[in-house]
Amino acid sequence: MIRFDRVVKSYGDHVVLRELDFTVAPGEFVTLIGPSGSGKTTILRLLMTLEKIDSGTIQVGGEYLSHRERGGKLVPADEKYLRGIRRRIGMVFQQFNLFPNMKVLQNITEAPIRSLGLSKGEAEARAVDLLEMVGLSEKADAHPTQLSGGQQQRVAIARALAMRPDVLLLDEVTSALDPELVAGVLAVLKQIAATTDITILCVTHEMQFARDVSDRVIMFDQGQVVEEGTPERLFTEPSQPRTQEFLKAVIQRA
Amino acid sequence: MDWDWNNAADSIPLLLKGLVVTLELTLLGSLVAYVLGVVFALVRRGGIPVVSQLVYLFVEFVRSTPLLIQVFVLYYLLPPTTGIKMSPFVTGVIALGVHYACYTAEVYRAGIEAVPKGQWEAATALSLPRRRVWTGVILPQAVPRVLPALGNYTISMFKETPLLLAIGVVDVLSSAKAVGAETFRVVEPYTIAGILFLLISYPASIIVRRLERRVGQL
Repeated sequence: MIRFDRVVKSYGDHVVLRELDFTVAPGEFVTLIGPSGSGKTTILRLLMTLEKIDSGTIQVGGEYLSHRERGGKLVPADEKYLRGIRRRIGMVFQQFNLFPNMKVLQNITEAPIRSLGLSKGEAEARAVDLLEMVGLSEKADAHPTQLSGGQQQRVAIARALAMRPDVLLLDEVTSALDPELVAGVLAVLKQIAATTDITILCVTHEMQFARDVSDRVIMFDQGQVVEEGTPERLFTEPSQPRTQEFLKAVIQRA
Repeated sequence: MDWDWNNAADSIPLLLKGLVVTLELTLLGSLVAYVLGVVFALVRRGGIPVVSQLVYLFVEFVRSTPLLIQVFVLYYLLPPTTGIKMSPFVTGVIALGVHYACYTAEVYRAGIEAVPKGQWEAATALSLPRRRVWTGVILPQAVPRVLPALGNYTISMFKETPLLLAIGVVDVLSSAKAVGAETFRVVEPYTIAGILFLLISYPASIIVRRLERRVGQL
């Protein structure tokens, strides 16, 4: 479903991703772990086309993300092409980024109506189902500012799912939450992982959660894959010293 | 110097008539400034090569020259060179509107920049069409923040309308002048004209200050 091929990304002199290769299968739940600055979030931002790739290619569902094929050659994609392929990808942000000028329901119906061309009725039916799934049916008419951080993030998850994306990107979605609100958000994500066949790429520091839901965990450092494997294998017997150090530091902190 | 109550009372109807014109100028001029300011801000931000630079030069020109000169350009220079002849009132509305649009453009720019980056990213992630990102997400958040600044410019504009006396717009001040010429008494009409300005500007500025406090809580 996702294929990174020799992807390079730098900010100025700072190289974030060095010829990164990795693939994610359809329906897989993959968690990216690694020290801060290892390029995990950059991977998600490149997939969401919030950043431009320097070289290499990314494919989503067999289609090039930042390039398109023309006459057998790859050329940089234009905005129109990007808008099309973006619809297949959804993202949930650390800071929720709900639209404060819209009520909860409209936050969820806005993109299906404006981007997918759904009727208001169809979009609202979809939003009502999603709000029920995230346990916030009674908040449809609330403003985002009236919700707790955990509730806002659950709305943001519903908003991303309303586009029925093939791929869902979760960028440290619990990092900005008060500790007591984390469990509610993780429970919703677990349910999504268990009941849908959506491909999920997740950056998180919640190691227990990663262990519970991931099909595969990939350890990154300095823009490259250090090692990968099933959560049982990687968390219990990491083979690389850098993974061992990282896990030790994370577990000590928790 | 004595104060003639009869003359004061006699001059009020004409002054109020002038005040209506002043208010019309201010409201229509503000409307032009509010709308054109958004256009200027968006064009500059859009970065369309030549257009964006032309708007930049135009805004700098307007901000660096006196309003009175702009009024004269519109009223005396434009008709012979372009054949466009406008009444003093229409000239006044356009001059005030365009002049203040060059200031409101900057206000809008700041308001747009104050919208968090995450809002743009969320809109992109949801594939919202570009136009909808502006009308549905960015402007609804930027405009409330800039309302007090826009209000302040409207108050300034209101106080600058007497300048249009120079091209013969019959506003409060020119009405006061007319009363003075007719009765040979200038104290009463000019004093009342000043009070009329005060009666409108002062409450308006209190409203804007309230608005500022509310926006500060956003």
